[in-house]
Parts: sequence; C-alpha cells; structure tokens
Amino acid sequence: MPAVELTKAESLKPIPFGTGYKLIGHDFSTNDLVAKVTGASRYAEDFRAEGMLFCRLVLSPMPHARVKRINADKALAMPGVKGILTPSEVPGHANYVNDNGTMIKADRFSELALADEPMYQGEPILAVAAVDELTCAEAIEKIEIEMEPLPFNTDPLDSLRPGSANAREEGNVWVPNPPPSRESQLAAVKWTDEDFAAEREGKLPMGHAPEEWSYGDLDAGFKNAALVLDETFSTEDVSHQCLEPRTTMAFWQNGKLYLYTGTQSTMQTVPAIARWMHMPEDKVVFISEYTGGGFGSKITGALTLVIPALLSKKLNAPVMMRVSREEEHFIGRARPGIRARTKVGFAKDGRITALDMFLVSDAGSYGSNGDGGACGQITSLLYQPPAMRWRNITVATNTLPRSAQSAPGGMQAIAIIEPILSKAARKLGVDQVALRRVNCPEGKAQYGPPGPGGKRAYVTSCYLKQALDEGAKQFNWSARVARPKQSGTKVRGVGVALSCYHGGTTGFDGLIVITPENRVRVYTGIGNLGTEAFVDVHRAAAEILNAPWSAVDIVWGDTSKNLPYSCHSGGSQTIHAMTRAGHAVALECAQRLKEVAAKSLGGQPVDYEVANLRVARKGGGAGMSFAEAAKAAIKLGGIYDGHDVNPAVNMYTKHSVAGHAGEGLVASATDNYPHDGDSFSFLACFAEVETDVETGKYHITDYMGYADVGTVIHPAALGGQVLGRSVLGMAHAIGQKWVIDPQYGITVAERFYTNKPPTILDVPVDMKWNALNIPDPETPVGARGCGEPPVGGGCAAITNALAEALGDNIFQRVPVNADTILTSYEAGRPMQNPFLAHI
Amino acid sequence: MAVIRDVMPAFDLLQPASAVDAQKLLETYGEDAWVMAGGMDSFDWLKDRIKKPQVLVDLSGVDELKGIRTSGDGVEIGAMTTLTEIAKDPTIRKNYGLLAEAVEHVASPQIRNQGTLGGNVSQDARCWYYRGGWPCYRAGGNECFADTPVGRNREHAIFGANRCVAVNPSDSAPALIALDAKFVIQTPKGERVVDAEDYFLGPEVDITRLHILKPGDLLTAIRIPSTWAGANFYFEKVRDRNVWDFPLMNVASAMKVSGGNIEDIRIAVNAVAPRPMRLTAVEAAVRGRPANATTGEMAGKLAVQGAIPLQFNAYKIPLMRNLVKRAIGGVQETTWTS
Repeated sequence: MPAVELTKAESLKPIPFGTGYKLIGHDFSTNDLVAKVTGASRYAEDFRAEGMLFCRLVLSPMPHARVKRINADKALAMPGVKGILTPSEVPGHANYVNDNGTMIKADRFSELALADEPMYQGEPILAVAAVDELTCAEAIEKIEIEMEPLPFNTDPLDSLRPGSANAREEGNVWVPNPPPSRESQLAAVKWTDEDFAAEREGKLPMGHAPEEWSYGDLDAGFKNAALVLDETFSTEDVSHQCLEPRTTMAFWQNGKLYLYTGTQSTMQTVPAIARWMHMPEDKVVFISEYTGGGFGSKITGALTLVIPALLSKKLNAPVMMRVSREEEHFIGRARPGIRARTKVGFAKDGRITALDMFLVSDAGSYGSNGDGGACGQITSLLYQPPAMRWRNITVATNTLPRSAQSAPGGMQAIAIIEPILSKAARKLGVDQVALRRVNCPEGKAQYGPPGPGGKRAYVTSCYLKQALDEGAKQFNWSARVARPKQSGTKVRGVGVALSCYHGGTTGFDGLIVITPENRVRVYTGIGNLGTEAFVDVHRAAAEILNAPWSAVDIVWGDTSKNLPYSCHSGGSQTIHAMTRAGHAVALECAQRLKEVAAKSLGGQPVDYEVANLRVARKGGGAGMSFAEAAKAAIKLGGIYDGHDVNPAVNMYTKHSVAGHAGEGLVASATDNYPHDGDSFSFLACFAEVETDVETGKYHITDYMGYADVGTVIHPAALGGQVLGRSVLGMAHAIGQKWVIDPQYGITVAERFYTNKPPTILDVPVDMKWNALNIPDPETPVGARGCGEPPVGGGCAAITNALAEALGDNIFQRVPVNADTILTSYEAGRPMQNPFLAHI
Repeated sequence: MAVIRDVMPAFDLLQPASAVDAQKLLETYGEDAWVMAGGMDSFDWLKDRIKKPQVLVDLSGVDELKGIRTSGDGVEIGAMTTLTEIAKDPTIRKNYGLLAEAVEHVASPQIRNQGTLGGNVSQDARCWYYRGGWPCYRAGGNECFADTPVGRNREHAIFGANRCVAVNPSDSAPALIALDAKFVIQTPKGERVVDAEDYFLGPEVDITRLHILKPGDLLTAIRIPSTWAGANFYFEKVRDRNVWDFPLMNVASAMKVSGGNIEDIRIAVNAVAPRPMRLTAVEAAVRGRPANATTGEMAGKLAVQGAIPLQFNAYKIPLMRNLVKRAIGGVQETTWTS
C-alpha cells in the first residue's frame, strides 16, 4: 500500500482525503446501496417461509408484578390459534464460554425473553402464535392473566430516599463485585434526610456512593483555583428508537435453527443465540443482510429473538414475530439518564485545576451498566483535569432496560461538563474556544485513575487541538462571536464543545477467496446496520492487493456462507478493527499469490508483485491472472485453497475457511499488529442557535463537526457518521424524552409524536463537517471509528450555544424546550426541578 | 383480559359514494359506526384497539365532500378537502391566508396530504392518558390521571378544565373561528349550520366529545364568509418540533385596521382549553385602540386572566400572553443581516 510520508510539521496539518491512495479516502457506492434505494434490500420482516405463523406479545401492564395465573383456554380454543409460549418454557440463565475460552457465569439478575415477575411496564410475559396477527390479537384479549402488584420505583433519586420502595426485592443499588467476577450484586441503600438537605438548594444530594476512584491532589487543585463552580445537571433517558424494530422470523430444518433478525454483528450473534437457546452454535444459521439501526441496542441481536425460535420448535412451523412501534419502545433499550453534581476548579486562563464528579446513574430494570463509569473516564480524558475524583451510584428502577447507546456514558459526560466550561469561560472572560484549547488532550493523553501497576491508561494519538483550531476557522468562530446577540425578540448564541469516544478494538480476522472467475471475494461477519462500514473497511484490503474495486465482491449477512470472526459494530470499532483485519488478510493473500506464482512460474515469491488482478514478476515478465492463480491454488491444496488454515485465526474463522476449501485461493489472517494505547476518536463541535424569548422556541441555525478520526476511509460515509451522530446528540438537547407517570409507574409517551425524536426540519439544512485525515500511528491503515464520538458534542454544542444566548440560569437538565426557556428566562433562574425526569 | 395494541380490529368497511348515503349509514348504525375522513386520528384509535366499531364509514369516496367552491359570500370548503389542497388554493391564499397558514402548520406534509379539514376540526383529544386507554373521565371513568400532583400535564389545559384537562389540538380551528366560519352538518333532521366556535364542546357539556356531532351527524362543509377576506391576519403555532407535532399553543387573529386603530377583530387560541378559546373580552378591549405593541401588551395580560396552571404547564401563561400580544401588536422583527 502506498504510504503517506509526512514531515513532523505536516503531520499536524489536515491532509486532503485520499492522498497517496487509489481507493482509501475516495468516495464510492457501497455494495448494498442500490438495493436500499430501490427497496430490494430485505430486512427480517421481508422474509417468508412456507406455512409461516405469526406471533404477538403480551406485555406487562404493571411496572413490577408477579404473574400468578394464566388462563389461555378460551384463546387456545379459537380457530387459527396454534399455541402460546409462557415464561416457564424459556430456557433459563446459562453460563457460557467466550471465544477466549473464559467461562462467563450466568447473571441471575439478568433478563429472560418472557418474565413471570416483570420488572417494568411493557416487559413481555407471554406470546401467542396463530395463523395471522388479527387472530393473535383476538386470542390475547381472551387470555386471563392474574397479576400480583409488587412495590416499584421509577425514579433513582426517589429510590435513595429513606423509606422509599426498592425496584427489586433484593435491593435498589448495583454494587461492584471484585474482578474477575462478572456477577451483579444488589444492595439496599438509603440516604439520610441530612443527605437530602442539599436538594432544597437545587443541588444534587450526595450520600453514600459505592463506586469511587481518584488521582491527583484534589484539595490543592481547588485551593489554587481562581474560580470554583459546583453545578448540578441531569441528562434524560433516551430510547434507541431504531427504525427497524427487533422483528424476528425463525424456522427449524434438519435440526438447525434458521433465524432472521437485525444485528450489529452477524458472526457474534450466533453464540448469543446458542446461549439464549441452550443449543450448540453449529446448529444455528443466522441471516441478517440488512439492519435498520442498532446504536448499541442490537450488539448481538435482541433477547426476544428466542420467542419465535421456541414457538417454531414447539409448533413445528416457521414463526414470524413482528414487533410494533409501541412494543419496540418497551423492549428496544435506552440510554440511562444520569443526575450529576460536579465541582470544578479553574485557573484564570480557564485551565481546570481539579474536578470532583458525583453521579446517580439510572440502571433501569435489569442489571447494572457502565455509563456512570464511562462518564468518569471520558471526563478525565477529554478535559484532562490534573486532579479528579469520581463517585457513582447505579440505582435500579422499574423502568425500561438500559443498554449501551452510542457513546454510552461519554455522551452524558460531555452533556454534564460542557455547560460548566461555558459558564467558567463567561465568568473568567476567556473565549470559549480558548478555554477548551487549554484543557484539550493531545498526543498520548492519559486518562482515568492509575491501574493496578500504578500507571494510567493513555490513547494512541490525539490531534484534537488541531481539529479545534481548524473547526473554529471553518466555522468563523471569531466573527460569529463578535456579531450582535439580540435583535427584536430573538437572541442568538454560538457554542463549542469537545467530544470523544472509543474509536476501535483489535484482534479480529479477515477472509478472502481469490476465485477462478478472477474475482476477489471478501467475506465479512460485520453486521450491516446502515453505516456502510461493513463495506468500507474492505477498501483497505483492495488497496493492498492493488485490485480494482469493480473486481471485489463482498459476502455478508448469512452465516451459512462461512463468514470470518469479525467485530460487532458497536463501540465505534469497525473501521479501526476491520481495516486492521483487512490489512492483515490482504498481506496474507498477496503473499500466497506470490507463492503460487513462484511455484507455478519459477523464482521466489519476493520476485513477484500483485496489481490489477495479476501476480507477476517485478519489472515485467512472467505472470498469471488471479483466476489462474486461484486454479493453481486449488491444485496445490493445503494452505493455498483452504484445506489447511492459518493457525492464528479464531475458531469461527477456522470453520469458515474449511467451508471454502477448494473454492480458490483461500487466505485468512488475524490482526496481531502492535498497538500502543487505547484508540479514541475526537471532535470539535460548533453550533449556533436563535431563540425567540417570547415563545421560548429556538432553532439550531448552524452546526459543524470537525473530526480527528485518523485516516478517512470513505468521506461520504464519514460525513454521514459525523453529522448523523451529532443529530443523535442534538436529540438529547432539543427534545427526545420519556414521559412516565411515577404514581403508576407507567409510560405515557410510547409513540414518536409523544417521545419526540428530532425530525429533519429540527436540524440545520446545511450542516458541515470536516476531518483532519491525520493517520493514527498505532494502526496500519491509520483509521479510527467515528460512530459514537460526535454524540456528546452534538448535544453540548447546542446547550452551550443556548447558554451563550440566554445566560447561565436557564436550565439544569436536558432536553431544553420552549417551556424551560420561557419560564426560566422571565424568572432569571432555573424554574424546572433539575432532578425530575420523564416530564 | 390481556391487552394488545397495534393490530387493527375487524370491522365492516362501508364506502358510500354520496353524502346522503354516508349520513344515512351513520344514522342507521348510530353508535356502532365510526366515521373516517383522512384516517389520521381514526387509525390511532383503531390500531390501538381502544375503539372497536362494528362498521367503519369511509368518506374517501364521497367526491361531493371534496373541493373548494367560491360562493356569493365567500368560499365553501368540502369537509373531505385535504389540508394540502387548502394550503395551495389560490383563493384561500389570497383572501383567507390565515387558514392557509394554519393548515400549513398541521403535522407533516404526508399527514397534510391525507388529512382533511373536517378531520382536523373533528379530531379527538391527544391527552396521552386518554389516548393510552386509561379509564379517565373522558373515556367513561371517574378520574383524571393528568390532573394529579405528579400527573404528566405539560401539554394540558390552563382554562376550562372540568374534570378533564385535555386540550383541543386542532391548528385549523382557531383560524376558522377568527374567520367567523360556519360549519354545515347533515343530521337525521336535515341540514344544520353552526358558527365555528359553537362546533366545539367543553367537558362541562359533554366530556366524551370535543365537538357537537352526534351519532348520525355528518360534517359536510365549512363556509367562510367574505367578511374577513383580506383582513390583517396573524397565525402562530409553538411546538416542540418544527414538523409533525401538535401545538403547545397556537393563536389566530383577523383584524381590520383603519387609521392605525383596530376597527374590528376576532381572535382565538387553541391548546389551552378543552375547546378552542375565542377571546371575546380581548376583542372588546382592543376595538378602537391602536394596533400596536402597547395594545398588544394589554391584550396579552387580559387574555391570561383566570388561567389556572397545572403542575407542569405554567409556561402556557406567559406563552399565551405573548402570543396574544404578537397577534395584535405584531412581532418585533430582527434586524441582523448575517
């Protein structure tokens, strides 16, 4: 692959996309595009099978209850009704062995597909299968279900009050178990009335928190500060709202389960299905060609996929479970809201001297989550406080189960800290960009507390300062700041926010078959969830093989096609992890091609080069086409045609290579490149808002995200990620929410028009993005992921612009709506209870 | 019995081709019939299986209920005319721009293409407890779940609560009241024409309906007299999202100004009460006064007298005050150029 040779100075400047490459950094149409725009793409709901039944779910009407009795006699007697599935028929929690051979013990608190003690309103408690959905519905309405209501709590702070109800009989707070245990542990924790005294002053109470870490001299940091702010801020619970719900179709054939549903990883969903079904992995065939969004909620599909699979086995017929929008609201996962109190010390120039963060994280109804922890880590990385303490309490509530949502914890960290930085800049008289610049991470920036060895973790590279500078230039920051702020009833403000999140993992496999038809066939187990990364990463392999993209076929979405072990598309890891795997397998493939050529034509492999679908002697001379090399590889057998396999690859890849044996030149490899540091991607985000102070209505009038994500692989797709995920962040700022009546523990906003994800008209028409395109030095292609890093910045750039327009005393929580602004702007102080969520 | 949503129940679909037939079918089936215009409200109720009519009378095939006709004294709009057609109609835009602007703010382009004027004024309340199937007063129960110390009532009423605190969500209704529109209804006893403001009901009269239509009644047309053609109009809707959202509040006014003074005015506000509120006291107070910010300020303060906020909707008081102020005194526009 052509390398980009940069001087030290050049390495700190933006590089034009595609410099030095034929494919990388250049736009192209991905292999799935035509199918998507013509409607030919098939999602789970589009599949049909002979004799297929439909099933529908019965959801718990109560936030916490015990199912005492189910009488389905009348339903089962109806014509067309084929059967029901009850909680007792769902396999229980199971230990499992991960692909590293580690035994993971089952978590007794974790969720099952059907519950006999539902922990939230909307939890599935029963499923009914019939010849059609109308019959299912009429049957469900004939089922008698006797339920015993149990104590519940939908508010994490309320759950900590003396005498309040716990979400679970075992307690209300998740406490960490010492490693290596992954089991959850619950305790009953109540704070005292004295702890809650701060609430009267609008400050988050800070009672006992079971999780804590710190580094640096916090006291000295605050003592030496020119300004100390003590701020309370709450983020909202926000559902994933995938456009494709977790619809699933399943049937059994010759002892194998064929299952169709959306996922963020084709290959890694197989072991999850096997574990949930208590069945061998080699009996699972998983088909997922297209997925309508995941955002962390479909990492390995969804637990409810077992329902049609079990019904199909029980009734000996294919079963389709279509999940409705309301059902998706309940089972579709959500980001946990965090209530935070953060004390931050600043030097005169805005440099943070100390940061003390206290979090109350809402765990929802099942299991703990890592959002509170990630919130501390991202704060430590993105703002580089020299001294920091982090405390966290994760509280169980009878609300929807949470899961990772794009930038889990990181989004909340940025939403919580950025308004404090903005306020500090105003109080210190420091420019907002300048204040962020002095706190910006750079190089191999450290983060978090010291590990067991006393060292702090650090990143592979960070050029955020350059992104901030370039972004400020492109956004005309200085000119915008200097413009008039108020005219008529309108006030406007500009905001800037730093943003970051994890940008990649390592250790996955690539698999390429050079076919006798002269094609480069790349197999991938990445889920196709809409980001295009599942195709983009293979540009790296094609670049190394010097092959025209038109000769490359991508095979994905069906495990019967023998796919390699690939990363799941979560944690923004795909571009990083799979360009590494693609790089490795392309080098392996090129080497095998040269070896085949040397064996066929004479000389040594090193005498050959690969280009334009040929492997030929360097400088001209004998050579052979890829097709001829493939045929030769088949004759050679062994390692060349997949009858033997690269011993370094994962066991799933080994099985898949065996499945391709004899098809051509079969190359597989694993990414074992060295990697110093943790991969994170960074952005500087800018926004402008215009608010009408007589109505409280505001518009985002402009937005730009400037990314430091390493090498840009596919500019159009990256732009989609930068702006698309920024919009997810904006959703948190401008209105997406839950509405729950705490007296009954019932959600009342389960439709789009009530929980209000943003529409295309809620964001600027002409949002802009750019990227440095400076390669990450710790990965061979230099690329990192960008799925999650923009989310926090997308939210905080908006809230910072609002605060710049309206002042610091308007809001202490997101989302910020007309009602927030209207009441607080007139009063001159925040009028909404910062802790009260779900309004 | 267990509950399930998102599966439309079975019913007999009746598709009359004339208004007479439609009205007869509604009369025949009475409370067992559900009349459907564009379906934008109906499908919610039906898919949620909260309403299970025996027959559904689909008006989409009744051509005589569609279209905009000029008459000697104004225009007549068929109840089945889509909101998009109204927004684009040259006569409406020229003479009754208030209505064009109001309907352009309804929901989304897709919904306006399907939704009708008759449906928009006849739609049911959007209180999430009521729509969610809770057994509230409006649904025949004996409790209001929104009006409790913790009830989620950010979008509910500050006026006119009477057991129920739901609001009328229509965007076109206040514009039609401001234009002094007349609603034409075919009843079993013959045609009945009512003033726009009298088409709507509060819970003190009937808590189960937002309008006066009874089983067997059919809204066929809305007539807008020429009285207010070309007047000074003002419409503003405040909503959380810029599209596909019901109003947190809207205001519509028609004003005749002579020599800088308000000669006559009609003004209505919606989403503040169970029925669209015509502000007659404000109208009386501002007649003869200058059409300026000072009069607007006075009008705004007068408009909110008597408002009773719930736990989470106190913002509606300054919002209503400011919207009424702007409807009369105008908006102080920005002067910035970049």
